[in-house]
Amino acid sequence: MNQQEWPLWEVFIRSKQGLDHKHVGSLHAADAAMAVQNARDVYTRRLEGVSIWVVESKHIHASNPDEAAEFFDPAADKVYRHPTFYDVPDSIKHM
Amino acid sequence: METLEQVLSPEAQFQARIDADIRIEPKDWMPDAYRKTLIRQISQHAHSELVGMLPEGNWITRAPSLKRKSILLAKVQDEAGHGLYLYSAAETLGTTRDQMLADLHSGKAKYSSIFNYPTLSWADMGCVGWLVDGAAILNQVPLCRTSYGPYARAMVRVCKEESFHQRQGFEIMQTLCEGAPVQKEMAQEALNRWWWPTLMMFGPKDSESPNTEQSMNWRIKRFTNDELRQKFVDMMVPQAEFLGLTVPDPTVQWNEARQGYDFGEVDWEEFWSVVKGNGLCNHDRLQARVQAHEEGAWVREAAMAHAKKRAEREGVGA
Repeated sequence: MNQQEWPLWEVFIRSKQGLDHKHVGSLHAADAAMAVQNARDVYTRRLEGVSIWVVESKHIHASNPDEAAEFFDPAADKVYRHPTFYDVPDSIKHM
Repeated sequence: METLEQVLSPEAQFQARIDADIRIEPKDWMPDAYRKTLIRQISQHAHSELVGMLPEGNWITRAPSLKRKSILLAKVQDEAGHGLYLYSAAETLGTTRDQMLADLHSGKAKYSSIFNYPTLSWADMGCVGWLVDGAAILNQVPLCRTSYGPYARAMVRVCKEESFHQRQGFEIMQTLCEGAPVQKEMAQEALNRWWWPTLMMFGPKDSESPNTEQSMNWRIKRFTNDELRQKFVDMMVPQAEFLGLTVPDPTVQWNEARQGYDFGEVDWEEFWSVVKGNGLCNHDRLQARVQAHEEGAWVREAAMAHAKKRAEREGVGA
């Protein structure tokens, strides 16, 4: 039996013009052209997309979930980045 | 000051996240048993979608009209798609496609026993859509909220597509039931054959399903087998009545106190016998799968060789 399976690709779909590409899942394909075509057949059978990106899964680098707490910690104590942090007098309009 | 993470074991932290309905994602720590349970369940589910193409594929060339043929073709293509969504969800847990297919082909991995029953008449296409996909939907809708993220997301996609499957099946049944007496007979006869096997799709009784409790604790499962079976009967009996058909169970009766239908006992001997490989079609289904896989081997190899050659020529990859 052939043990050498086709590489894994991650698929990103733009559902309509003006929106960003969003990850929808993955699939196997021998090359990029086949990955795009398979992505069309697997993920857009009901007009879910107007554009497809594929990238070989091995090229994706991700943050480490075990270190998520420390990694995202710097943003946790900066409430002043949000507009709701500031008191605006009721009589002030358009702010 | 000690944080929660320092106090709780990884297992307890994991369970706390589950209890808070925080989804588990591929790279998160998880107990081995959780990973194994999911790989088994998701791959079994994927295999069911794949093998599920066979009983319906059987009728594509004999569909009674071009419209029915186009619909059936689209439905079978959807099943292939569902299998692919699920295989890729399982792969995020560290297993490989080759491994899963090898387990299916060797008989080590199971798939839904319902597909080991033959599709003898066109009315069976109605019953497969109406009953079998109806039961599948009941199983699958709660899985959209299952605790493992990639599985839940795959199920959202599957569920969106599944309801067309059930409706086209019901429409086939309705058309037959409104047709000539011989067509209605065909519909009744198909219902007689599919009713009990469909009830078996929900799995063994709760009292004989030792994995249920753990799966509920991990929020992989949200309802027990018996709860879903009851829901199914409550849903389907009125639909059969609408069609003018009778479910083949004389004990079916509305229970006012319980607000649900009483119904008879599934033939569990038959259930286990089909699970163990002695159903009418177990042998044929597996053989068809293995044959398709083996006959496609040269295509997979040629595509790889072509991709490699082109990458070398264009100087990409490496």
